[in-house]
Amino acid sequence: METAVPPPIINPEIKFTQIFINNEWVNSVSGRTFPTVNPVTEKVICHIQEGDKADVDKAVAAATAAFEIGSPWRRMDAAQRAILLHKLGDLIMRDQTYIASLESLDNGKPYKGAFNLDVPFGVKQVRYFAGWADKLTGKTIPVPGDYFCYTRAEPVGVVGAIAPWNFPFGIALQKIAPALAAGCVVVLKPSEQTSLTALYLASLIKEVGFPPGVVNIVPGYGPTAGAAICEHHDVDKVSFTGSTAVGKIIMAASGKSNLKGVSLELGGKSPNIVFADADLDYAALMSHHALFFNMGQCCVSGSRTYVQEEIYDEFVKKSIDYAKKRTIGDPFDLSVENGPQIDSTQFKKILGLIESGKQQGAKLECGGGRHGDKGYFIENTVFSNVTDDMCIAKEEIFGPVQQILKFKTIDDVIKRANNTQYGLAAAVFTKDIDKAFAVAHSVKAGTVWVNSYLAADPSAPFGGFKMSGIGREGGEDGIREFCEIKTVVVKVPQKNS
Amino acid sequence: MSDAVPTAIRNPVVKYTQIFYNNEFHNSLSGKTFPTIDPATEEKITDVQESDKADVDEAVKAAREAFKPSSPWRQMDASARGYLMCKLADLMERDISYLASLETTDSGKTFLDNVADVRASANLFRYYAGWADKINGKTIPVDGNFFTYTRQEPIGVCAQIIPWNYPIMMLAWKFGPALCTGNVVVLKPAEQTPLTALYIAALTKEAGFPAGVVNVLPGFGPTAGAALADHMQVDKIAFTGSVEVGRLIQQASGKSNLKSVTLELGGKSPNIVLADADLENAVNWAHSGIFFNMGQNCCAGSRVFVQEAVYDEFLELSKKKADAAVVGDPWEEKSENGPQVDQSQFDRIMGYIESGKKEGATLVCGGTRVGKKGFFIRPTIFGNVQDNMKIAREEIFGPVMQVLKFKDVEEVVERANNTFYGLAGAVFTKDIDKALTISSSLQAGSVWINCYDVVLSQTPFGGFKMSGHGRELGEDSLKEYTQVKCVTVKIPVKIS
Repeated sequence: METAVPPPIINPEIKFTQIFINNEWVNSVSGRTFPTVNPVTEKVICHIQEGDKADVDKAVAAATAAFEIGSPWRRMDAAQRAILLHKLGDLIMRDQTYIASLESLDNGKPYKGAFNLDVPFGVKQVRYFAGWADKLTGKTIPVPGDYFCYTRAEPVGVVGAIAPWNFPFGIALQKIAPALAAGCVVVLKPSEQTSLTALYLASLIKEVGFPPGVVNIVPGYGPTAGAAICEHHDVDKVSFTGSTAVGKIIMAASGKSNLKGVSLELGGKSPNIVFADADLDYAALMSHHALFFNMGQCCVSGSRTYVQEEIYDEFVKKSIDYAKKRTIGDPFDLSVENGPQIDSTQFKKILGLIESGKQQGAKLECGGGRHGDKGYFIENTVFSNVTDDMCIAKEEIFGPVQQILKFKTIDDVIKRANNTQYGLAAAVFTKDIDKAFAVAHSVKAGTVWVNSYLAADPSAPFGGFKMSGIGREGGEDGIREFCEIKTVVVKVPQKNS
Repeated sequence: MSDAVPTAIRNPVVKYTQIFYNNEFHNSLSGKTFPTIDPATEEKITDVQESDKADVDEAVKAAREAFKPSSPWRQMDASARGYLMCKLADLMERDISYLASLETTDSGKTFLDNVADVRASANLFRYYAGWADKINGKTIPVDGNFFTYTRQEPIGVCAQIIPWNYPIMMLAWKFGPALCTGNVVVLKPAEQTPLTALYIAALTKEAGFPAGVVNVLPGFGPTAGAALADHMQVDKIAFTGSVEVGRLIQQASGKSNLKSVTLELGGKSPNIVLADADLENAVNWAHSGIFFNMGQNCCAGSRVFVQEAVYDEFLELSKKKADAAVVGDPWEEKSENGPQVDQSQFDRIMGYIESGKKEGATLVCGGTRVGKKGFFIRPTIFGNVQDNMKIAREEIFGPVMQVLKFKDVEEVVERANNTFYGLAGAVFTKDIDKALTISSSLQAGSVWINCYDVVLSQTPFGGFKMSGHGRELGEDSLKEYTQVKCVTVKIPVKIS
């Protein structure tokens, strides 16, 4: 649904840098702040109040109070929650240019994508889940005996949401929207690299009229603010998107604290399988986007491209072409496809993995180093002759580095595709209906694309097999993870069917 | 969404009087028109183009075209359908003053009730909009080397015939589930109240529904309605109205193309008040249960069964409340009731009142016309009603409350169920056991406990027995507008 993109606001005014609790803006209890950096210029944009345990305690207390029986939020008609969410969607669209500009400034992603994809993605989450608010039904159940039995789908309570930096605005809403639609209250910690659009969202939440305490936002770092949320005895559920390493810590933290529900969306090393009978041009183009979209900073990146040997050389040639043509530069330039990577840590890690690829004998077809001399820009990089045992074939790079591997048979490639601790996504390109279903049903991945990649919608459940995560976001399954089932059994004088 | 009362517009200008299909307004092919009357003044409001078979054929053609697989409507994202419905809701609220005023003029319902109807209808569109992209099929682990999935596909061209008691709401009840599931509709509003349906048709065009998706054909039952029921290119018909016509429609389906049929018909709903009830609460709900909307409610609580210990007190309190009710100018805020919808209903109701007196019921209050112009009737209460009286067996559809005495629970449940109707029922009691027992025993699609007439976007509504079949509102309404297609793909080897 692309319309002409309005010009970006190149120096968007930073309006909100404080902690948001009870619909109010407050400074950190410690007085500390932290900087957020522009990855294009490597300069500090501004300083943000740094939340820590004391601030998380205040936020959780506010959320708990907003969730008390008898509170405005608990007494509100579910349909009214939906109306508030739709209003939020309207306000986001009203401020689409500003939010996209702010996201671009803070994250480095191209403004055109932020405008056309990131902001609408967030709005879609809001509108889709608003529709569920008054449709979370329980059941009546014909149990044996003289009983009337029914279930209620009750909101789980205080949700600790921890969002990543690759799609800051969109993923914050991916968590907030279903939580609110289900009647929960939220304490969100945005990623420390990208707090600005989450804080602006807070101002819209207040403008819509959500009661105080329903949404609270505490910017800060993982080991401090994030850990405080995960260890808190009054947080009922954590929803985290980020690295597998941190996901494991959060799982353990739940066990050490109050056994809070945990859903995790973690990393991936997703296999993208291209058969000889695929539409080659189309497959090469889709595989290119599957990897390079968002500067490779996508949990579902198709980062192991398995190409059948008959078309391998041709495919590699086309991939190099696409990689070379893909423009890198100023995210506010509408013609640019790639901005910088998010920060110096990622930048160094990606360059390190590229080195390992060279050293371990993969063939560097193009790119392979820094782009320019300022900003965390990396050249679009393609490796061919990659084998399964190389680091670049096993570890999540999260950068613009495409690995192209050769395969012979379908049984062989399925085994190799599954030979990983990850299981987030996969794809198969083929015209053959039998191959398509065989691969789709054999690969251990939460989302499988057939003759496509990256297609996603809030209505379709999304999540990982194995160490790519736990639980699903999206669809009815996704929102019901924010509900807790209560079964009520009433004695009746005499049962009648 | 403000709670302030919108301004009433007396004598609103009628903008649309023509037949609507393909996003255009047309004159009738026959040249015929019919008048629509203001029941408060008995004066003609305007003439409306009268649809007959030829116009129905054109509209159905347009609808079929809009439903073709390559059409804009069939290609549209489900979420986009939902978005159009939200836009329609916004437009209805934008024009709430005009819409409510037009309805007051055409139907005689009070202006305040019409304002509430517009709001509820807009919210109902929003409710259904939320379902649009959630119409899920399943994948099913069948035996053998097969991959099986289902799709919930729209049925196609849906004929919808609605009554005159809640013209705007009944349109929303029909459009909502049909459009969100991807169908196309041909709606015939009641001949007594065509105006708001035509205005809303124009709003659907403004909202952006593609041509042919929404079609509105004003006209009469035996001509336009029958043409729809008999049509070989109509895939489904949904009707709200009398049992008599419901039976004709069911037969027409058999005689034509076996189109699927859902019916919302009449009722003679039992409202049971036990001795341990909060009596004032029961009296208040029983009052609105029968007198709301001038008694023109399919689920009206028209048989009030009161346990003998509280019978006299119930009658006394009910009489007080009924006598205090203001029946008059529907534009006035103090009017609880306006007129009945037309002369024929008025005569019918007065006829039933006469029969009540003749058969020996006690006229407790009311029973008379109000004023000399307009079809106004006083809230009427009959006591000492016996089960075999006409007023206890037949649907009056007017402001006439029948109060019957009973002794114990088993007896009253049997008497309550002793009817071929089964639309609604209620029980007033503080006792949890009696509440659950009685509500389980009543043969009725909606049962209320310590309240009456609570019908909301989310609650499935419909009849047992001859009050109809199928459900409107709530999740259960969606299956009336979808058909399941099961697809089974042979695969080389099964993988669990």
